[in-house]
Amino acid sequence: MNVLSSLFEELVTIVTTVLLALPYLAGYVGFILLTLMLWKIVKKSLTPKKDFGSLKTVTFGDESAVSSNFAASVVSVVVIFVSWGAFTGSKLLPSFLHMPAAFEGEAEFTYTAETDAGLRDDALVRVIVHGAGVDVELPQMDAGDGFAKNDAVAVKAYRSELLRWDANDEETRKTGAKVVAINGQPIVFGKDVDLGDIKVALTQKGTLNVKPDTGVQMEPIWLPAPEDVWGRLKEIAIEGFKNYALAEHLGFSLFRVVIGFLLGALVGIPLGYAMGLSDWFRGWFDPIVEFMRPVPPLALIPLVIIWFGIGEVGKVILLFLAALWIMAIAARAGVSGVRISKVHAAYSLGASKWQVMRYVIVPNSLPEIFTGARVAMGVCWGTVVAAELVAAEKGAGMMIMVASKFQQTDIVILGIILIGVIGFGIDMLMRWAERLLVPWKGRG
Amino acid sequence: MTGLSIDNISMRFDLPNGGSVQALQDVSLDLKAGELMSVLGPSGCGKTTLLNIIAGFLTATNGQIILNGEKVNGPSAERGMVFQQGALFEWMSVRDNVGFGPKMKGVRPSDARETVDHLLDIVGLQDFKEKAIYELSGGMQQRVALARCLANDPDVILMDEPLGALDALTREKMQSLVLKLWKETGKTIILITHSVEEALLLGERLLVMAPRPGRIHKEYRLPFADLGVGADLREVKKHPDYAVKREEILEMIWNMEEEIMGRTEVAGA
Repeated sequence: MNVLSSLFEELVTIVTTVLLALPYLAGYVGFILLTLMLWKIVKKSLTPKKDFGSLKTVTFGDESAVSSNFAASVVSVVVIFVSWGAFTGSKLLPSFLHMPAAFEGEAEFTYTAETDAGLRDDALVRVIVHGAGVDVELPQMDAGDGFAKNDAVAVKAYRSELLRWDANDEETRKTGAKVVAINGQPIVFGKDVDLGDIKVALTQKGTLNVKPDTGVQMEPIWLPAPEDVWGRLKEIAIEGFKNYALAEHLGFSLFRVVIGFLLGALVGIPLGYAMGLSDWFRGWFDPIVEFMRPVPPLALIPLVIIWFGIGEVGKVILLFLAALWIMAIAARAGVSGVRISKVHAAYSLGASKWQVMRYVIVPNSLPEIFTGARVAMGVCWGTVVAAELVAAEKGAGMMIMVASKFQQTDIVILGIILIGVIGFGIDMLMRWAERLLVPWKGRG
Repeated sequence: MTGLSIDNISMRFDLPNGGSVQALQDVSLDLKAGELMSVLGPSGCGKTTLLNIIAGFLTATNGQIILNGEKVNGPSAERGMVFQQGALFEWMSVRDNVGFGPKMKGVRPSDARETVDHLLDIVGLQDFKEKAIYELSGGMQQRVALARCLANDPDVILMDEPLGALDALTREKMQSLVLKLWKETGKTIILITHSVEEALLLGERLLVMAPRPGRIHKEYRLPFADLGVGADLREVKKHPDYAVKREEILEMIWNMEEEIMGRTEVAGA
């Protein structure tokens, strides 16, 4: 029951989060529909297309009438980058597109202190809100009159600062004094006074907590601006990261993937052929393949590290295992998928077993093998990054892992983008090779 | 001793559920070299099984196939096969498909080129030699299949519903082509079909088979194949005997089908 109730609590948290996100999702969908309407208006003013697809009247439900709209893709990507810039205050964007930024600058307020005896006095507080990495000198404050003396406080943007207002006062909390109002507005614990650029709260102990307005922009430590990421790319492309050049990090990841995949294919394809051509081999390897296939390669990382350490051998073996089963199953499916009439035709045209293998079974299985290779390359790329996240001296995954430990969010985001671009590039390359080498795919 | 002799073929195999099927029972038949025989029969009468046994893809439980005095023992190049569809190699061009048999024998492509080009001319694909298989229509693909079979110069050509997947008009053209190839090459041909008209038009001899167990029901000798060579097949269909034979055979197969359906109902009851 304990487990059930804690699971239920988790579920409630998740559902609440989703529900909170719903308005934003709805807004995004609404925006997409808005751009769609705009596009339709724009399209009317363009010269109409007269290809076959545009002459169809029934397009809703006709899968062949739906192709990816290039304009929508462009708008979608532009929107992503514009929102990224808007929420990070990017200098690449005109400032009217920026979301309200966090407050930086100077502000001041007065607090009213009250002694035990009911005497009141006002004092001025100057607040300097500064960005990260900026040193500020607190201004020398004129103490002012009365028992409450003027103060100055420096606050980092997005942070808050406790103000011990009575540090220099004649009447302190020890003698029973307390703050009762800010700028004339009464203040109690739990109810903040909002002064626009800053908020002032009373803590339980009676000190003041100064919270500058955070705006709706993201703090760079959460999401750096696009130009910062770009600048970081240029920097580590030249200077490298953690003793290795950027190209070396990425190159090593790719190298591991290619070697692991090639070894996996080299063993997996013959294994798949053997399983497809001989019932003894299929019986022998079926339990092994069917057991190993659902084990995610990520689950093997700890064992591989125990056995082979964190060097190249362990990584390559891990990727070999990731590719092996996929390639074996693809090759097996390719062999099993050959139409018996093709094999019969080849035999009755005088082909020997070896010739049937070479001229019928192998070419017939190539489309399946290429599909498998595309899947395997994708899995290998994901696995290598994960393996490097766990332990590595260099590699794309190691780069983002180490950067995250030093809160270098720009490198983390840069790494994610590079990993995505390379993964996409690998897939494009495989598709291109597929079109070139097996043009008969899906046309048998 | 030329010709194909089907000697007392029986085929019986066990089912996983413990029962067994008598697919063929005591089928005997002799074909002289150059004869064209069509085989008709309701589904499950063992036509395709018989063809597969002749081709050497199956071993009969009883009896033997003798071609030109030699016992058939597995598939070989002297018995060519034309399938309904999907038996072409789509990873090869039209020319390479037709040249496949000679290549398997070790003939150099340059030496086989003349034969291949000649056959492609005969089947009317001279302009499609370098095309990929998947760029051709269904009728053209079957032309390639016929040419591929002929390129190997087999003694017997076994056709398993070669025109079954074609539309009616293409089918008529292809029937004429089959007759033309038969006359020009003088090959022994066994043609399985579901169409009574096709069996009548193309079969010099026509074999009707009956199911359960698969056996020869009746054999005809027909004049239509000879009449049809180089002629308009629609004219052949106007022959008075054609309609009579057509009705007779249709009735025969209809009765067999009825009998099967009836039996199934009894078994289900």
